[in-house]
Amino acid sequence: MNAILEITPILEITNVTRRFAGLVAVNDVSFTLKQGEILGVIGPNGAGKTTLVSLISGTLPPTLGDIAFEGHSIVKLPAYQRARLGIGRTFQIMRPFPGLSVLDNVAVGALFGHGGGESELAKAREQAREQLRFVGLEKFSDQRADELGGPSRKRLELAKALAMQPKVLLCDEVMAGLNHVEIDEVIDVLKRVRERGISILVIEHVIKAIKSLSDRLLVLHHGEKIADGEPDTVLSNPQVVEAYLGRKRA
Amino acid sequence: MAETTLQEARATGSARLEWALVAIGIAALIAAPFFFYPVFLMKMLCFALFACAFNLLLGYTGLLSFGHATFFGGAAYFCAHAVKVWGWPPEAGILLGTAGAAVLGLVMGFFAIRRQGIYFAMITLALAQMFYFFCVQAPFTRGEDGIQGVPRGHLFGLLDLSQPHNIYYTVLGIFLIGVFAIWRIVNSPFGMILKSIRENESRAISLGYSVANYKLAAFVMSATLAGLAGATKALVFQFATLTDVTWQMSGEVILMTLLGGIGTMVGPIVGAGLVVTLQNTLATSGFPVTIATGLIFMVCVLVFRRGIVGEIYARLLTSVGTGKKE
Repeated sequence: MNAILEITPILEITNVTRRFAGLVAVNDVSFTLKQGEILGVIGPNGAGKTTLVSLISGTLPPTLGDIAFEGHSIVKLPAYQRARLGIGRTFQIMRPFPGLSVLDNVAVGALFGHGGGESELAKAREQAREQLRFVGLEKFSDQRADELGGPSRKRLELAKALAMQPKVLLCDEVMAGLNHVEIDEVIDVLKRVRERGISILVIEHVIKAIKSLSDRLLVLHHGEKIADGEPDTVLSNPQVVEAYLGRKRA
Repeated sequence: MAETTLQEARATGSARLEWALVAIGIAALIAAPFFFYPVFLMKMLCFALFACAFNLLLGYTGLLSFGHATFFGGAAYFCAHAVKVWGWPPEAGILLGTAGAAVLGLVMGFFAIRRQGIYFAMITLALAQMFYFFCVQAPFTRGEDGIQGVPRGHLFGLLDLSQPHNIYYTVLGIFLIGVFAIWRIVNSPFGMILKSIRENESRAISLGYSVANYKLAAFVMSATLAGLAGATKALVFQFATLTDVTWQMSGEVILMTLLGGIGTMVGPIVGAGLVVTLQNTLATSGFPVTIATGLIFMVCVLVFRRGIVGEIYARLLTSVGTGKKE
């Protein structure tokens, strides 16, 4: 494990700031995501977690700072090109392609959007079926995506992102709204994703879940990084406790 | 397991039914000129292809263009001019018209795809109006008179298109090629990406697709096929006039597509057939056509929003979905 973690970082965020008019959503944040690592990002509501995902995936440009993927700056690339390089993401708000079947939702990801993409529908669907099996949604393949329930949609989000064979997966709250059993299942899926050699950045509210999943934790508060390290050390950090529970408890 | 095999059986069953219906439809079109006035049928086919081309953009990519008359009417002018003034053979005229529409589509699409929704529609309308006034002024269109008396000529130098049946089957062939092209586009990986853009643009981007490029490609394809319909129409009626480039023509194709059912293959054909029939029937009666089509449009929007074919599909799907036997 250690040997893998010491290889150059796959994702390097350097002094990134994002302002919305007067509000500073992400303030001078720097961190790295190592090859094959699962990095958890936690923080109270409005801490800038989703903004961070948008900055990395390219839907928002940073006001300041640099983002490097595999050693090359990607900060000037449009979102679709970053996706082609291998940055996959799931969305917090689960709106798939509602009118398409579950299978086709995933197949779109397996088509020529990325380097080794398929150019034939049949092959893309075949690959999509594999991804659906991987996340446990195979039996819903032929349903329309908008007929899926909440927990299944979370898995669909994952399958879609995986179909484009990313090197890095950005998961924006894939466990929110799930019960304990469902959370355990998603954790299991994510661990298996990592076994494929994919580095994962997980944004999460559910601290217990993220603690057991992450190799490392990063805490955002009011857009600033206040802690970064081993999950246990980070969660016992007084500043982190204060951010979550208020000053009195700390 | 039994569930999936049942579904598969149903799917192959409905696919077979679909192919049978397509075969019947084509057979009916082949037989039609022996029962109906060929020019009327050809008008229907041209507008049906126009509506199908428009539907490629509205139904499958989710872009509402209000400027498609530019491609339809523009191609008609190019084709008519090439055939009448330059003495080109009909097939070359149609090709030129279609290519001209593609170029116009590239220009209009380049500007329009930068915006979404109503702004997209407004930009296409504005550019279409510019083209309309260009056509009013430009000498080669002959202004209000239009290009009249366009000879139909001989297809590939062999087939005399002044014979009603010859031109009818030529038009039918063009129509079938055009619709087949649209069917292929829609059912290709490219079409799948168009549909994903229609459903959710930001998701398509996050999966690695340059949405702008795909939209532009769809726009140009739609314009090209609309041009094919327009150029063919110029040969059928042997003239090209300002009517074909007015904004009313852009509105008419929207009406046809909505009435038949957006996002279905057959819908625009049915819609175009209905509107053209209505126009022809009402033209001889005293009743104003625009009021009639306006009323039908209102009924369509209020009562059956999916369009005629869209509603039929929806009914069939729900009855299959709930397992009802009918």
